[in-house]
Amino acid sequence: MAVLLTRKARVVVQGITGHQGTFHTRAMLDFGTKVVAGVTPGKAGSKVEGVPVFDGVREAIRRRKANASVIFVPAPYAKDAAIEAIEAGLKLIVVITERIPFHDCLDVIPYARSKGCAMIGPNCPGIITPGESKMGIMPSHIFRPGDVGVISRSGTLTYEIVNAMTQAGFGQSTCVGIGGDPIIGTNTVEALALFQRDRKTKRIVVVGEIGGTAEEEAAEFIAKEVSKPVVAYVAGRTAPPGKRMGHAGAIIQAGKGTAESKVRAFADAGVPVAEYPADVAKLLAAT
Amino acid sequence: MKFLEYKAKEIFARYDIPVPRGIVAGRPEDIADPPLPCIVKAQVLVGGRGKAGGIRPASNLEEARTVAGEILGMDIHGYRVRQVYLEERLDIEKELYLGLTIDRSAREPLLMASALGGVDIESVPREDIFMEHIPAMVGLQPYVLRALSGALGLPKDVIEQVADIVRKAYALFRKEDAELVEVNPLVVTREGRVVAGDAKLVVDDNAEYRHAEYAALDQDRTPLEEEAHDKGITFIQLNGDIGVIANGAGLTMATLDVLNLKGGKGGTFLDLGGTDDPEKVKQAFEILLKAQPSVILLNIFGGITKADTVALGVKQALESMGSRVPVVARIKGVNEDAARQILREIGTHPAETIEEATELAVKVRAGGA
Repeated sequence: MAVLLTRKARVVVQGITGHQGTFHTRAMLDFGTKVVAGVTPGKAGSKVEGVPVFDGVREAIRRRKANASVIFVPAPYAKDAAIEAIEAGLKLIVVITERIPFHDCLDVIPYARSKGCAMIGPNCPGIITPGESKMGIMPSHIFRPGDVGVISRSGTLTYEIVNAMTQAGFGQSTCVGIGGDPIIGTNTVEALALFQRDRKTKRIVVVGEIGGTAEEEAAEFIAKEVSKPVVAYVAGRTAPPGKRMGHAGAIIQAGKGTAESKVRAFADAGVPVAEYPADVAKLLAAT
Repeated sequence: MKFLEYKAKEIFARYDIPVPRGIVAGRPEDIADPPLPCIVKAQVLVGGRGKAGGIRPASNLEEARTVAGEILGMDIHGYRVRQVYLEERLDIEKELYLGLTIDRSAREPLLMASALGGVDIESVPREDIFMEHIPAMVGLQPYVLRALSGALGLPKDVIEQVADIVRKAYALFRKEDAELVEVNPLVVTREGRVVAGDAKLVVDDNAEYRHAEYAALDQDRTPLEEEAHDKGITFIQLNGDIGVIANGAGLTMATLDVLNLKGGKGGTFLDLGGTDDPEKVKQAFEILLKAQPSVILLNIFGGITKADTVALGVKQALESMGSRVPVVARIKGVNEDAARQILREIGTHPAETIEEATELAVKVRAGGA
């Protein structure tokens, strides 16, 4: 078992003919992901990396039995692509696209949830279950199969932390990059609930950052509902208030969303918080 | 993106939300025919104008010009006043509060209203604020307005106007890709008119592509940040003197945090993103050098980023700018050996980990390496 993504996933890549879509289709295939179809309107009949391309998601499902979608289409078209995938009946969609207006996500996310579809992202590196499958852009070689579930709002920072974990002998059950936007499909608490239920996951790492109250809510949830050991890291301890630190969601507003508040919330919930990214692996060793 | 009050009120008026009559001016002598008596209001992208002396009354043209002259050029919490807005003085009976924002946890818009407006909403007791989520999928339904009317306890003709304004404000919130629409105070005049006394509007930067006019807005950026923005570079100037450049927002923040733990202070937040295009790296470095850092700290953890082409961009930038600023570089990624070779040739200080790189940057700054 793992969360959300296993080797059973038959993945359709929406936006497969774009530069990113093509590049990461290759990387996903190399990792062992069953990429069974691509979708780019108007490009039906062509192939990308040997993967057949269709005009729409319904066709990809009918012809290739796709059951999950990873979306690379540009921001102005991402809402359309996501709703098409949800309407076609897919239950897992991973939205890699960054800079999607959040009002589009206010429409898409509740809709996905109402249809029982799990959406990851947007503005995220995707999801990877080492040894099984990857839907996204994470560098495969730093991951190893293992029992640590990883939840992160960030991309490269996660690679840094995962790399240190792997080197220290801590493999990952699944790593979920939930995304750096203010409005995301699967939030920290929801990902924690999945890992708590997953039998393969023995420990959990949460990589948070400034902005919003996801970490505070996660801490509260951990104290009540999570029996597995959790270790955290919070980025942005030195970030000034009022500045958006690269991610749309990473901003301290009206005194809310500070790293201090998040670190305190985790500490109060008994979750050790690493000072240095590399310390996450050390704290795991102590769990 | 934040709107100045008068710009926000232009948008309000477009949605038929009642706003006072007013004129904007950049120089006292440009003021010709203000609505009198008026209030002269500093136009700055920061709160607390009133307490800082940026909002003052005037009764006639001469006084309006004098007051405007005193407010223009003022420094309000670090923001220079370049424009004033002269607005008709309202005969205030009561001040309400109205706000529309997003609740990140609920993933829904949140409507807030209170009969206790005109003060900082944070200071209003929770039980005196009406709050209701508006699921974007279904929109604002009449029951919410009925509940709001009951909660505010206002006369019928007033509450009808308030409900109408809420409906229009919600339409604006959605159509203009707003992250905040705030009217504080929402004024009830002695004649029983309901008017937006102030207007705060913040819109989503990511939605700029569907609102061409937003690109022209004055933003809360330093000139160098503005230049970076125009080039599509994510760049923020900070208080310290060590120029930090990394890839990815989280990693850049973490690099600044670790630097701080090692006794250094970051002067820049520059997120290179996923690029390994030497030309883009060069552009980013040029911005960084213009911030005049004492040391540059480059931290790249690229899973799929080509380290050698990043290094090439660094080399080109340093050479073209004739820079003598020392560079500490930690690069992980594809072809990292070739990258190390290039970086060694141009005399950068190599490091293996974030800890090592940040320590080295602090040491180099102190002249110890």
